[in-house]
Parts: sequence; C-alpha cells; structure tokens
Amino acid sequence: YILYILIYIPIFVFVLLRKLIKEEGENDFQEELVIRPLHSGDIYASFQFRTLWETDFMRENKVSHYRLFPKSLGQVISKFSVRELHISFTQGYWRTMQWGQPFLPSPPGAELWVWFQDSVTDVDAAWKELTNVLSGIFCASLNFIDSTNTVQPSASFKPLGIVNETDHRFLRYATLPREIVCTENLTPWKKLLPCGSKAGLAVLLKSEKLFHSSFFSQTVHIRPVCQDRECKTTSWELRQTLNVVFDLHTSGQGKREWSLFKMFSRTLTEACPLASSSKIYIDVTDNPQEEYFELSPATPLLSQAVVLGDRRTFSVYDLTQQVTFGTVRSLNLLIRWKSTEGDMLRPLLHAERYVAGYGLQTGEIHTVMYNNHPFRSFPVLLLDSVPWYLRLYIHTLTVTSKGKDNTPSYIHYQPSKDRMRPHLLEMLVQLPPHSVTEVTVQFERALLKWTEYTPDPNHGFYVGSSVISALVPSSVAMDTNITQEQPLFSSFFPCKEESSYFVRVYTEPLLVNLPTPDFSMPYNVICLTCTVVAVGYGSLYNLLTRSFQIEEPNPRLAKKIANFIRRIRGVPLLS
Amino acid sequence: MSALLKRSCSHNMLAAIIMLIFICFCVHFQNTAGQFFSSGHTNNWAVLVCTSRFWFNYRHVANTLSVYRSVKRLGIPDSHIVLMLADDMACNHRNPKPATVFSHRNMELNVYGDDVEVDYRGYEVTVENFLRVLTGRLPPSTPRSKRLLSDDRSNILIYLTGHGGNGFLKFQDSEEISNVELADAFEQMWQKRRYNELLFIIDTCQGASMYERFYSPNIMALASSQVGEDSLSHQPDLAIGVHLMDRYTFYLLEFLEDIHPASKSNMNDLFKVCPKSQCVSTPGHRTDLFLRDPGSVLITDFFGSVRKVEITMEAIHLTDPILHPMSEEVQEKTYSYVDQLPVSEIIHQKPKQKDWHPPDGFILGLWTLILLVFFKTYGIKHLKHIF
Repeated sequence: YILYILIYIPIFVFVLLRKLIKEEGENDFQEELVIRPLHSGDIYASFQFRTLWETDFMRENKVSHYRLFPKSLGQVISKFSVRELHISFTQGYWRTMQWGQPFLPSPPGAELWVWFQDSVTDVDAAWKELTNVLSGIFCASLNFIDSTNTVQPSASFKPLGIVNETDHRFLRYATLPREIVCTENLTPWKKLLPCGSKAGLAVLLKSEKLFHSSFFSQTVHIRPVCQDRECKTTSWELRQTLNVVFDLHTSGQGKREWSLFKMFSRTLTEACPLASSSKIYIDVTDNPQEEYFELSPATPLLSQAVVLGDRRTFSVYDLTQQVTFGTVRSLNLLIRWKSTEGDMLRPLLHAERYVAGYGLQTGEIHTVMYNNHPFRSFPVLLLDSVPWYLRLYIHTLTVTSKGKDNTPSYIHYQPSKDRMRPHLLEMLVQLPPHSVTEVTVQFERALLKWTEYTPDPNHGFYVGSSVISALVPSSVAMDTNITQEQPLFSSFFPCKEESSYFVRVYTEPLLVNLPTPDFSMPYNVICLTCTVVAVGYGSLYNLLTRSFQIEEPNPRLAKKIANFIRRIRGVPLLS
Repeated sequence: MSALLKRSCSHNMLAAIIMLIFICFCVHFQNTAGQFFSSGHTNNWAVLVCTSRFWFNYRHVANTLSVYRSVKRLGIPDSHIVLMLADDMACNHRNPKPATVFSHRNMELNVYGDDVEVDYRGYEVTVENFLRVLTGRLPPSTPRSKRLLSDDRSNILIYLTGHGGNGFLKFQDSEEISNVELADAFEQMWQKRRYNELLFIIDTCQGASMYERFYSPNIMALASSQVGEDSLSHQPDLAIGVHLMDRYTFYLLEFLEDIHPASKSNMNDLFKVCPKSQCVSTPGHRTDLFLRDPGSVLITDFFGSVRKVEITMEAIHLTDPILHPMSEEVQEKTYSYVDQLPVSEIIHQKPKQKDWHPPDGFILGLWTLILLVFFKTYGIKHLKHIF
C-alpha cells in the first residue's frame, strides 16, 4: 500500500493546486431553438447558441487555453482590441407585415459593426485588418469593406454590452448588400460551435433545406456581459444565431403541417454533451386550448417570457432529459393546423424604402415609416448610408407626417467625398400616433470611371438598408434585470425602462442603375475607323501615287517556240 | 603457375559474383525504399479557378467543384486548397435546387456538398488576384486561407476553366490573362522556389495554346483541346436548364472517381482520358519540361496528399504549463449596460469638433493671386502698412 500512497498523494496535491490556482474561468454553453408558427402558414425557426467565458482578453499574458470558446474569434478579439463585434449574413428580406418582428433583426447581405477598445490608436487601420481577417474566417468577401462604405454613426448603434463610456470615435459600421450567403459561409460558422454540427441542435443545420427558404440569416455577436444581477464581474459572451423562415409552398408543399423532419430533414437524438442547457420553445400563445394547431409529442413544460413587448407562452422541450426523446430515442416535433382563422398581432413599427423618379440622371429616395400604435408616439433614429456615386441634395430633404412638416430634433449629416467616403445621415424623428411619416431626398447619379464598373454593371448598384432604431412602447411591463434564467431570445437587447423596448428595423436595400457606358465601344470604334481609313484613304493614295505601265502579255506556247527558232536563225522575232 | 592463376581467377570470379548479387540486392532494396521517396515532394497544394460569371456558365463552376471534390476526397485538406469561383451558382436565385451544384443529369451527384470553403468568390476572382496568389505577392493583411503557402517541396495542381481563345483565358467577361503572363508567373514561382513539380490542367476552348509558352522546368500540362478546336459541353439538365459539365472534365471526374489514395495509376492513364471519340476535341499534353518520366508519376502525387510518416521511439519532454496566480483584488466597481436610445442625450449632443486642417493648395493659390493683383495695382508702398 505504499503504492497506493504514491498514487493518491500526487492526485490530492494536484487537486489542491487546482483549487489554489485560478483557472482560465468558467465556460458555459447553452443552446436553444425557438419555433414560431406564423399566420400565413410559414414557420419561423430561430437557433441561438451562447458561450459565456469569464476571462480577460486584454491582459498581457496571452490567453492560450481555449475550451468552448473558439480560438479563431478569441485571437481576433485580443489582436485587434475589440470590445464588441456584430456580424450578420442574410439572404432574403424580412417581411414585417406578414411575419411580425424578428427576435434579432438583420439586413440583406452582410453587415458588420464593431466597437473597439479605448486603447486603440489607429481605428481605421485596425478596422481594415479586422475585415480582412474576418473574410478569411467566414469565407466571405468582407475585404471589400473599405472607406467608401464604412461610416461612423454618431448616435445609433450604442454598445450592447458592458461599457464605461461611449465615444463614437471607436465605432465603425459597414454593410455589403450584394454579399451572397451560401454553404461556404455556413460551414465555418458551424465549426465555431463547441459540438460542431455533430451533436445537439446543430445537427439540424443542413444547407440543402436551410437555403431553400424565404429568409435565412446567420449572425455572430461578441460582447462583454454582466455575470449576475449585481454586475460586479463581467464575462465575454459569444452568441451565434441562425434565423430561417420556411415557406408554406416551397418547403411545406402547400400543407399546413410542419415537423422537424419536414423542415430540416433530420430529427434530434441527443443534446450537445457540452451544453448546460438545451431547449426547444414552441410559441403557443395564440393556441391556448389547441383550437388552431395541435402539437405532438405533448409536453407538460410551459414557460412564459416577455419578448418584443408582448407576453408569450411557450411549450418547452428539454433535450437534456432523456424522457423527451421517448422510446424511439428521437424527437420529431409535429405541428398540425386545424383551422386557418385568427389574426396576427400587427407590428407597431414598420418601414419601407423605394426609389422614385425616371431616367438615369436624377431620382428621389423615399423612406416611409409606419407607426401603428393607436395613441402613443415614440422617437425613432434613422440612419442612412448612401454611396458617394448617388449625390444627395440635402436641401431637398423633407420629413412629413400626416401631410404636415415634422422637423427632426437631431440631424447629423456628413457629406460624401468622391471615391473616399459615403453620405451619412442620422435623424431623430418623433412619429405621431397612428401615422405615416415620409422622408424624401433627391439625388443625382454620378458617372464612374470605366475601370470602376463591376463586370456586370447592368445589374445595377446596391444602396444599403436604412437602419431605424426605436424605443417602442410595450403593452406589458418589461423585465429590466437580465438574468440567466430568461430564455436567450428574449434577453438580447438590454432594457433600461419597463414601459418600452428597443427594436431595430431594417428597410429594403435599393438597386439603382447608374449610367453605364457601352464597353464594346472601343473595339467597335477601332474596327470602324480602321476600315474607313483603309478603304477611303487607301484608295485615294493608290489613285494619287500609282503609275501605269504597259506590259507585254505573255506569248502563247506556239509563239514562244517560233520565236526561239527564229532567234537561232537570226531572223527578227514575231510581235 | 597457370593453376595458381586459374585458382585466383576463379576466386576473383566468385568474389565478383558475390559482389554482384550483393549490389543487386542493395539496388532492389533501394528501389522499394526509393520508390517511397522517389517523387521528392512533402506536401500538396491545389489552386482551382473558375473564371466565368453568369448563370449560363454553370458548367464551369461544376467543373471546378468536381475537381475540388476529387482532390478533397483523395486527401488534400481545405487549408491547402485555394478555390476561386467567379460567381455563385449554388445559391443563385435561378437555381431550382438551392445549395446544390450537380454534375450528372437527373441530379445524381451534388459536387457542392455540405463542407465547402470557397476562398475567392465573386468579384475577387481577377487576373491580378490569381497572379498574386501564384507568386505570393499578397498584401500583409491577407488571411491564411487565401494564400498559397507552398515551398520548394510542394507539388501544386493548377486547374483553370472558363472561356478561352488562342493564347488567352477570359476572366469574368471583362479581362483576360495571356499565355505569356502565365508562363512568366510560373517562372517567378520557379525562381522563388515555390514548387517542386507543377501539374497544369486547363479546360477551355483552344486550351493547348495556354501551355505553349511555358519555359520553367518541372511543369506538366494538360489541355482539353488543341489550337483551333472548341471544347464542348457534355449534357444539359432540363430541370435546371443549363449544361451541367464540360466533356473533358466530366470524363476526368469519372476517371478520378476510381482513384483512391493508395492507387498506383500514373500520368499515362491521365493522358488517355477523354479520347477524341468521347470529347470531340483532341486533348493535348506537354511533358518536355518535366524531368521525370510521366509513366513513373502517380496520380496521387498531384491529386492526393500522401503524407510520409516517420515513426520515432524517442521520448518527448513537455514543458510545465504556465500557471497564473489568483488575483486577490475584488472589484468594487459595478458595471452597467448603456441606454440604447438616450433621446435627451442625443438631442443635446454637442457637435463634434472638426479637426483643423491647414488650408490646401487651391485656397493658398487664390489668396496669393489676390494679394499679387492688389499690390500690382496699388504699388508696393502699401506693403509696409500690412506688415
């Protein structure tokens, strides 16, 4: 038993040492899937994956041991001194009037906004390098983000995490409305998850089904958060969300019956072993007595959460419990509609944008904002970033509500500089109750240099979505304390007061045609000019310089022989 | 004396025979071990480029993706493949089956798959980026996945497809690369010791013109058609509405599907892929710059990534981990979140102080002109009143 002592003492010492020496901090991973049946028959599924890590990226000893937090993102944070990073890739446009508000909004294309730490001296250089590194991580063309499409908002996009003070010099925002999302972006995104796509909810993420949808969006959000209610310590939160809306006719084959297998072509067999909580929430608020749709397998767990200003009820499936999977060891949720009645909760804030005008010289951008609240008015902050080749005339800017002029209480305008930076327009507008507010501004299209056109210029040029940030009055008291017990999808935007909630609405991107030259023109001109010169001048030259000589025609063979004989004879030749 | 001589002769002969047997044995041993290390490369890279844009050039993307699929299947990892696709076909809005790119009719084989990483896509596929990738002259902030980090022991496979002509290859309908530029890029690679051996495959019309001008050693080239001939496409799919693959790459894919990482097929089999009866055009190849005999070059030398493993029995000592002592300080500061839309703060926000810039040349010139005119008109004696 000397052997036993020899074995146990080192283990005991090791355990003691571990307790004395601070580890790299706790890692926590949670995963969630929220399914919300929509009134038009479509279905909205939102995946949320959150990793919490208590560590300090900014200290001198570099972090070297990564467990659940992905190393590529950790190195990005420490190398570029990033305080917050928000990146989203979206395909499709969110139809607010038919689908309601999303849990996490995102504009079509790619969007990236970053808050840097106060210690960064050259923010623009760090921004340029950061976009290049992220383009390699996500296999996207983020390296096209440069000074011509980056803006520095002065009041929008306040930090979503813990912060001491906000100086907007450290904020950068850029969108690429043209960016395509496909499997090559989903693959590295899935690799950032602790379980990858092998276990847990990420098993459902198959690209062939996800991209055959009306709306697809994948995002990554990194920010420092409070650990508990007192908020004495902070930890880093990495949130990966994936929102997808499946269409009734293309994915649902016209039948109002949805199941996990029909949506994702997979069923669930286990939770991610590294997750501390793994849950599925189905929104059953409109279906208290099961009169509209039927949910199977039935679950006794119900939970209520205040999300987007409304108290919603959810049926919960806890995947960490074996009983959820039943005897067949797999979970395939089935939602079957019985009747198609019922009306939808109309969203309180809704926005549209379009280009008016004709021709290829001038035009007008109209942004229309709808306030559907019957008696309350609320302020909205409108952020517009227009590329330099649409020259805005701000003296034609008008804001009208209900036919009357509505002066914004705050306007920040930064004019564009050709080929260097875009227009930035930020306005704080008070929307009167039950009204339509229209913002119009005229513009003129610029002529680009012929090398600046894309290989397919007749497609048009994109103008990024406008961002409308608003504090919308809520009908239910919001919870101002963000705790760990709340479901992830309801606790993203921090709440300061109980009577309103923060929401961000994106408008459509615009597609404008710029005057496009005819690229085959140089070739045609060269051919035509050379032909004219050859035919016209050539003939003239020949006429002027050609001299004619009379030439004897070649004699016939008989004549040749006769001449030859005559030469021999010495007799004069035939003519 | 003669008997002695005879004996010594026989001894000598015996010794010679024994020496000969020994040498033969050595050579045989050397051959089997030598064959293992005969190719001289230690890592494999692939640069796969599709240069065409627009939906009707679906087949070029399918060509590139089928070579990508074969190369990945045979062992080259994503970190060693630089894949450049000039347009997105899988998630194109005209694709009736999103997130798929098919190579066979009736949607038998999805070459796009579920695990694909495209390094250069869309407008990034330009002649300049392609040449920068080959020669390694990229800006310092380029991520690793977009670089060709090959060394002098790398075998590189380069595959190009798109629309081409006699001496050029069209990139994205707006620019072209000529065969002289390509040959010079390969010479730069040779002088910088960026490759050990290079296999160049091109599937375009008149593809053989692209390898006519190569002059660097250790390059083997294959093309789908000779100068003056067009490469034809294979078969359309009526559901998708476009031609799915080009003939040469279709038969190349069929040939590669039979190759596995331990296969012993060599380049002579590759030269026989797609004869004129199947391809309608005449595939060509060029091996005069290649030092080894093509019959001894394995397909997996370029398409696969066969690693040579050396087993060692030595013990390796790990260093002790860095232990950080527990910080004793307890933070008394309470953190908080920020108001997302602080209306009163925004309204009373002071305008940003604009940085003062010295006046630029135009203003200075204008003021100099005004002053000159003033003093010319009114004489120089007023100057003392100013200064």
